[in-house]
Amino acid sequence: MTSGPGPDAVRPGRPRRQHLLERVLLLGPGLGYLTVLFLVPLAFIVAYSLLDRGRFGGMVPVISLDDFGRALEPVYLRVLGTSLAIAGITTLLALLIGYPTAWAIARLPKRWRLVVLILVVLPFWTNFLVRTYAWIVLLNSEGPLNGVLQDLGLIDAPLGLLYTPGAVVAGLLYAYLPLMILPLYVAIDRLDPELREAARDLGAGSFRVFLTVTLPMTLPGALIGSIFVFVPSLGNFVIPELLGGGKTVMIGNLIRDQFLKARDWPFGSVLALEVIACLVVLLVIQSRVARRYAPLPHD
Amino acid sequence: MIGQPRSNQRSAFVIGLLSASLVVAAAGTTVAQDPASSLDPGADLSTQQLVISNWALYMPEELPANFEAEFGTPVTVTNHATNEEIVAKLTAGGDSGIDVAFVSGQFAQALAAQGLLEPIHHDLIPNLANLYPEASELAYDPGNVYSVPYAWGTTGLCYREDLTGYAPDSWYDLLTPRANVSGKTTALATERWLMLPAQKALGFSANTTDPAQMEAVKQLLIAAKSTLLAYDDTTFFSRLISGEASLVEAWDGWCNYAIADPGVGSSVKWVVPKEGSDLFADTMVVLKTSQNKEAAHALINYILRPEIHSWVAENIMYKVPNKPAMEALTPEFLAAFPNLTMTPTELLTGESLVDLGEAGPMYTEIATEIAAQ
Repeated sequence: MTSGPGPDAVRPGRPRRQHLLERVLLLGPGLGYLTVLFLVPLAFIVAYSLLDRGRFGGMVPVISLDDFGRALEPVYLRVLGTSLAIAGITTLLALLIGYPTAWAIARLPKRWRLVVLILVVLPFWTNFLVRTYAWIVLLNSEGPLNGVLQDLGLIDAPLGLLYTPGAVVAGLLYAYLPLMILPLYVAIDRLDPELREAARDLGAGSFRVFLTVTLPMTLPGALIGSIFVFVPSLGNFVIPELLGGGKTVMIGNLIRDQFLKARDWPFGSVLALEVIACLVVLLVIQSRVARRYAPLPHD
Repeated sequence: MIGQPRSNQRSAFVIGLLSASLVVAAAGTTVAQDPASSLDPGADLSTQQLVISNWALYMPEELPANFEAEFGTPVTVTNHATNEEIVAKLTAGGDSGIDVAFVSGQFAQALAAQGLLEPIHHDLIPNLANLYPEASELAYDPGNVYSVPYAWGTTGLCYREDLTGYAPDSWYDLLTPRANVSGKTTALATERWLMLPAQKALGFSANTTDPAQMEAVKQLLIAAKSTLLAYDDTTFFSRLISGEASLVEAWDGWCNYAIADPGVGSSVKWVVPKEGSDLFADTMVVLKTSQNKEAAHALINYILRPEIHSWVAENIMYKVPNKPAMEALTPEFLAAFPNLTMTPTELLTGESLVDLGEAGPMYTEIATEIAAQ
């Protein structure tokens, strides 16, 4: 570690006021944006969750906690459970597929890495809905996948692949896998090879090196990737609708339906808060673990 | 405010904010039944402009341009996928910017009850005289006080005769399908039509609000769910064409889309199950917030012209409640799409759907329970 001026040292020729102005200018747009488009709507959701639904929708200005009780009814808990399970399985699969992929990319010659990373994000250049519809074409009973399997004589009748929870997981995994690969790649790429060499010099086998050095040091990246995959999977309602055929309901569908179909904004707000609560818990866990396994400072 | 202490100013500001948010929160709860606006029959329509919201493909594409060419009123069309979607938009508070909305009768009834609709000025729509008398007496809005019917029809089964190998005639053909059809059926997803097959199969009203009856409906629909390919409101006819589905719950007009297919259309058939079905009407309503009410009425009157409404029927393949328009359809066209020949009397044997009022949330909850199984 080199010794230098600490963060508190005042640099000569830079008055404090200018420092403040700089901060305001740098933080202002982002903070303003988040305040208007995140905090204010959040306040509305909290306020709505305390009101009651009007006869034709809208809200009656009566404070009531009934909707919080309703959210605990078995049918809604089951939807939440299904959503957590589907998002969890998607995240786990993304981790299992994403880790080796990121590892392989990080080991590629430098000029190939960029090409492969572009290939990873390439699907994002096509509209999300179009890509999801492509899965419908691919998986349906008259589609190419069933056609090939039947032509090869592997199956007699088309498999019911589409409109199942499995199809939902496949669609979510496809949509969000790049969000797992990218942070993992960064974490693996930043690994100091000398640390692994040192472990090996001290007599650790490959597996031991992976378990005691590589894995803990890439864990924060894996957790960020997991959050990136889990959060949008949990709230997604388009994929369950298109690939689940309306037969698999996730919490996102339920919330969307409360606002757009049932016109029950108070209950929709309660469900939205429920999801936010789940995510806050996850983020707290993530930051705790990340702090514990934070890579050693390099400088 | 000059001279007041600062803290008072601040609390005044906070109170202002709070009351503003209460106003926003309370939007849509006011049930104001103010009287009809006074409209000017001689208004210059070229100074007005219309925004209409309709289902996609539910109107000839050239209709807005033709109307503008004749009256000078520019027309913008937006689409909604379901009644629920447009009603959510219209009840969200404030001016939706929409002048004329196309909604099913029971939803027009709910919108009218909230005071969101301009009463129809019959003097501005002389072509109302073209409607079948039956179309003016539908339960959701007798006398067409708030709505003008645009198309009407019923719900039934649409199937590929070559794939089913038999002719279904009961809602149970959908609810407890034969082995060769199981897994190749779809049901409508929007609440009222999701419930309809089970309600009719069990001999209940399509407007029932009896919890015990709805419990039986729920159980039957939950049992049927495992045999369904999917719930589908919008693409069931293309699933029939591709052969992905062989029997679907369908609105009569949309079954015609499958019948119109040059390839397999000849083996697509339509039946109203023997247990009975509904009578739905899709209507045109004018929003109270519209600043272009004269043009809105002119558009409705234009659509009700026999030659225009007949052209609409040819395009959307739905029955229109307009007598001279239906009589103008060619025998060849009617022969190709037999369900268009249902008479108003036959249609009226179906049960007219009305708004459920306080029982609405019960239907939503049951729909959720079925979907979450």
